[in-house]
Amino acid sequence: MRRELLKFGLFALIVMAVPAMIKGGYLLNVLVFVGINTMLAVALNLLLGFAGQISLGQAAFYGLGAYISGVLTVTYGWNPWLALAAAAAAVGMLAFVIGFPILKLKGHYLAMATLGFGIIIYIVFNEFVDVTGGPSGFSGVPGMSVGTLYFDSDLKSYYLIWGMALLVMLLAVNLAQSRIGRALRAIHDSEVAAQVLGVNARLLKVQIFTCSAVISSIAGSLYAHTVTFISPSTFGFHFSVELVTMVIIGGLGSIYGSCLGAALLTLLPEFLRTFQDYDIVVYGLLLIVMTMFMPGGLVQGGAVLWRVLRRLRLGGAGQDA
Amino acid sequence: MLDVHGVSCVFGGLVALDDVSFTARAGEITGVIGPNGAGKTTLFNIITGIYTRTAGRVALEDRDISGLPPERLARLGLVRTFQNIELFGQMTVLENVMVGLHTRSRSGFLACACKLPHHLAEERRIREQALKLLEFVGIQDLAGTVAANLSFGKGRMLEIARALAVQPRIMLMDEPAAGLNSRETWQLGELIRRIRDTGITVVLVEHDMELVMDICDTIVVLNLGRKLAEGTPRQIQENPEVIAAYLGDG
Repeated sequence: MRRELLKFGLFALIVMAVPAMIKGGYLLNVLVFVGINTMLAVALNLLLGFAGQISLGQAAFYGLGAYISGVLTVTYGWNPWLALAAAAAAVGMLAFVIGFPILKLKGHYLAMATLGFGIIIYIVFNEFVDVTGGPSGFSGVPGMSVGTLYFDSDLKSYYLIWGMALLVMLLAVNLAQSRIGRALRAIHDSEVAAQVLGVNARLLKVQIFTCSAVISSIAGSLYAHTVTFISPSTFGFHFSVELVTMVIIGGLGSIYGSCLGAALLTLLPEFLRTFQDYDIVVYGLLLIVMTMFMPGGLVQGGAVLWRVLRRLRLGGAGQDA
Repeated sequence: MLDVHGVSCVFGGLVALDDVSFTARAGEITGVIGPNGAGKTTLFNIITGIYTRTAGRVALEDRDISGLPPERLARLGLVRTFQNIELFGQMTVLENVMVGLHTRSRSGFLACACKLPHHLAEERRIREQALKLLEFVGIQDLAGTVAANLSFGKGRMLEIARALAVQPRIMLMDEPAAGLNSRETWQLGELIRRIRDTGITVVLVEHDMELVMDICDTIVVLNLGRKLAEGTPRQIQENPEVIAAYLGDG
């Protein structure tokens, strides 16, 4: 447990020091999005990596957070923090209510149901033009502030977003090591055995689904207040799939892996500009290669690779490993 | 302790269980035996809330428990093991037992995510209890092993330790000796006796006649979904109907 805390502290220090190490505002701007995507990937990992329940509708919770925040602050003049909290509460309640019928489904059926939910919400963003501005988007969302500190530059946004992302990661790491984390992994391995031992699998699945939705909603609100302009295309099916890719590439059940996956898939397109619309092909290939050769994800795969390399080196020195 | 009264179960047109009644007395080991397809596992699945019965009732110490889901039964003190050990393969041996202590701990999402002090104290207590249980079944030296890497025999011991973690009043075991060699079966028999001696009532479905005759206080014989006989091991061994059913000319 001590070691876990040390690991997290080191990671947080590196994150906090990054802005000092890089030059140029553009990369910093991209890193802000890495922070938002980390929150989303960690949220999905709680559901997919721990409880073993797929969701292809995460972008909908993300979008709902963004839109509720946007509408409450612009149309009704709410304080952004209040709007963020209200959005999180509303999305949490929605997830809790739809969670009971949806999470009765398993495997492909659950994937289809969450996919359907995502599409419905996407259509709502597009069609409720009076409220959401429709396909052309919703602009003028005010930035976040604390007292007289306005998060109006990339640097300030970086610390705001990453502060939140680190908090989400720490809570997720703690949760994973607790009785709830164990019960979730138990459900993943054998739901019936978990139930026989007194774990209320149905309720716990809905609770973690709700948790995941609330974190996604908060990420959405932060996105809206950082970018100040939102449109439906950000919150479509494509993005839900991208989130699943982030989680799988980073490693199911690995919180730091989710951060790595989010970083890779957010930074990669910047380097893959030449591929233009073919980036989805690259994602697909990545997913196939990863599941075939590194089913445990990059973090675990990297550790295995490191051990193999070390053994080879020791072997070369004439020692028995 | 456990009263099964007139339980029937029909799948489509197939009658799997027909008006089965028996009583497992407190502090005893009750064995349920019968040829393949007699309905033993179906009976277990009905008692433990995994299948729903067509008729009849099940009572635990005069409390009607028929149709309750497995997680409610665990809280009432009824737990079971499976024929093909259902371990949490990706978790360590110790963690498997710690899941069994889920109902004996109560930290919520907030306490767990924020590592509140009372949660940490609870974690320590759970860990110690889990280690004691591993010691009880004799696999404490494997605490850190990933459960999927255990041999079948050790896996069976782990499953029993995990079920004991629920601190049950009654434990149902579905073919605990299946897949075990003779030495492991003998150890299992000793373990089941020790479990009974701690005050836990045991009901087991088993094919290994030697084991059943050796450890059971009462035996219930099922054949083709009906109860054929009930009695002490000696009475069962001398019952002509039971002999006929097993030799196949019944």
